[in-house]
Amino acid sequence: MKTLKSAGYLILLPVLLVALWWVGTSGEPNFFVPTPAQLVDTFGPTWFEGRIATDVLPSIGRLVAGVLLAIVLGIVVGLLVGLNRTLRALTEPVFEFFRALPPPVLIPVLMLLIGVNDSMKVAVIVSGAIWPVLLNTIEGVRSIDPVQNETSRSYGISGFARIRYQVLPSATPIIMAGVRQCLSIGLILMVISEMFASSSGLGFTIVQFQRSFAIPEMWSGIIVLGLIGVVMSFIFQWAEARVLRWYHGLKEVENAV
Amino acid sequence: MQSDATTPVAAAPAVPPAPAGRTLPDGQALLSVRGVKKVYHTDGGDIEAVRNLTFDLARGELACLVGPSGSGKTTLLKVIAGLLGATEGQVTLDGQKITGPPKKMAVVFQEYGRSLFPWLRVADNVELPLKNAGVPKAERKARVNEALEAVGLDAVPRSYPWQLSGGMQQRVAIARAVAYQPEVLLMDEPFAAVDAQTRADLEDLVRRLWKDLGMTVLFVTHDIDESIYLGGRVIVLSSSPTVVQEDLVIDLPDERDQLETRSLPRFTELRHHVYEQIQLAKRGHRPDGAP
Ligand SMILES: Nc1ncnc2c1ncn2[C@@H]1O[C@H](COP(=O)(O)OP(=O)(O)OP(=O)(O)O)[C@@H](O)[C@H]1O
Ligand SMILES: [Mg+2]
Repeated sequence: MKTLKSAGYLILLPVLLVALWWVGTSGEPNFFVPTPAQLVDTFGPTWFEGRIATDVLPSIGRLVAGVLLAIVLGIVVGLLVGLNRTLRALTEPVFEFFRALPPPVLIPVLMLLIGVNDSMKVAVIVSGAIWPVLLNTIEGVRSIDPVQNETSRSYGISGFARIRYQVLPSATPIIMAGVRQCLSIGLILMVISEMFASSSGLGFTIVQFQRSFAIPEMWSGIIVLGLIGVVMSFIFQWAEARVLRWYHGLKEVENAV
Repeated sequence: MQSDATTPVAAAPAVPPAPAGRTLPDGQALLSVRGVKKVYHTDGGDIEAVRNLTFDLARGELACLVGPSGSGKTTLLKVIAGLLGATEGQVTLDGQKITGPPKKMAVVFQEYGRSLFPWLRVADNVELPLKNAGVPKAERKARVNEALEAVGLDAVPRSYPWQLSGGMQQRVAIARAVAYQPEVLLMDEPFAAVDAQTRADLEDLVRRLWKDLGMTVLFVTHDIDESIYLGGRVIVLSSSPTVVQEDLVIDLPDERDQLETRSLPRFTELRHHVYEQIQLAKRGHRPDGAP
């Protein structure tokens, strides 16, 4: 019963939106906005006859690679910088500068440096998606509780053990907030990276459809992107709930007081 | 009030020796605090938390440290624990100068709630220092269970610290220290935040653990009754700039009982005495010869 109810909540708004769309397009046909029925008709042939393998999966592969790399690099560099006061002071202005650069402007540069290939696209994703993870990790490490630090020190927990048992867990809530942003930035950059000098991928395909006035197909591509975003968000929520079970419990207790 | 065992300063015979706690002949003290001074350098200027502290702890002693708020008790404890460097003077453990946190020492912090790791369950919190020290798994588990049992928390090893009451969290912190099997246990106002009944239980717990494990305990408190009830000695600190105001032997029977001991005439006398000393300290009285 409970799951039924929550499933109801989950689909209520989407159903309403589709209904609205259906009503809105049921009048005189608009070339740029297809009806739901048109979209459903085009969806299968557009995606399930080859494009999944040639465009969607490669895109997802690059997205996953880019996002994972951004997370791992962001955390590792963030730990190094966050734990070292000098390094922190030294890198802060530089990081602010790079973060302020809109990642798409790096695409021409990366194209020249790396060439037009998968690595370039992954590099674009990493170059934009790493910042929230990196900066949040630094912040998480910096704002560590001094009493926890003294506890570790007095029990001789130092070096790698301290990072593993104290620093990383205590920074996880902030890091996870960075990871959430990293995922959405990653998705955006996946699309953009494929719009430049590319011959395959979701972003490329959508632009192709648009240029050839295949409007329902273009819309179906947008739907695929949205679905990827939703799936990523679910995976993230699932992982976050596991990793931060203690944190949500703690907050609940604190708020109850 | 002054210790007989302090070596007088040879250069200046006219000046009385700085007030100091009881000291022991060379080689007999386990923990030895000598002329410790601590100045915090802050943006707002220097703060002298501790001016000149000298005393010794013999092996197996349980001593309490009392003093007005802000008199530098926590500071002293952190210097002894090797978490802060002394500005002047030194602390030695077993003849070795303390430069960092020594292996044989455990601290129960004033902010016990924050010193437990909220992402670890109770048993894991207690186990972590042992794991880090490379204690084999089987022994580790045994020691954790034993410590949790000793503090009466064997029913909640799978809980998280934040699911427990303040008094229970405090006992987790004590269990963690005890499982570590330190030679010296430093406790900083550990019972400040628990109710009277829990407090009485925890006091007896500390005494029992101290006896069973043969630890040397330095216990900071601002509760006068507690300081007299707990140990064999009370060190009273003056107000800031801090020196040892008095080092008092608690000559109560070794068998302590919450009701009986506290109703002894001698207990009342001692309490009066310490109370007076603290009042003096609060009013800024300095012991003779205090720098
Ligand atoms: N990290 C610090 N930086 C600067 N000053 C400090 C610091 N820690 C303590 N002090 C100052 O040193 C003095 C002694 O502080 P301390 O915490 O040692 O006192 P205490 O006796 O433990 O007090 P309480 O009974 O309130 O716990 C105080 O004046 C305090 O403001
Ligand atoms: Mg204190």
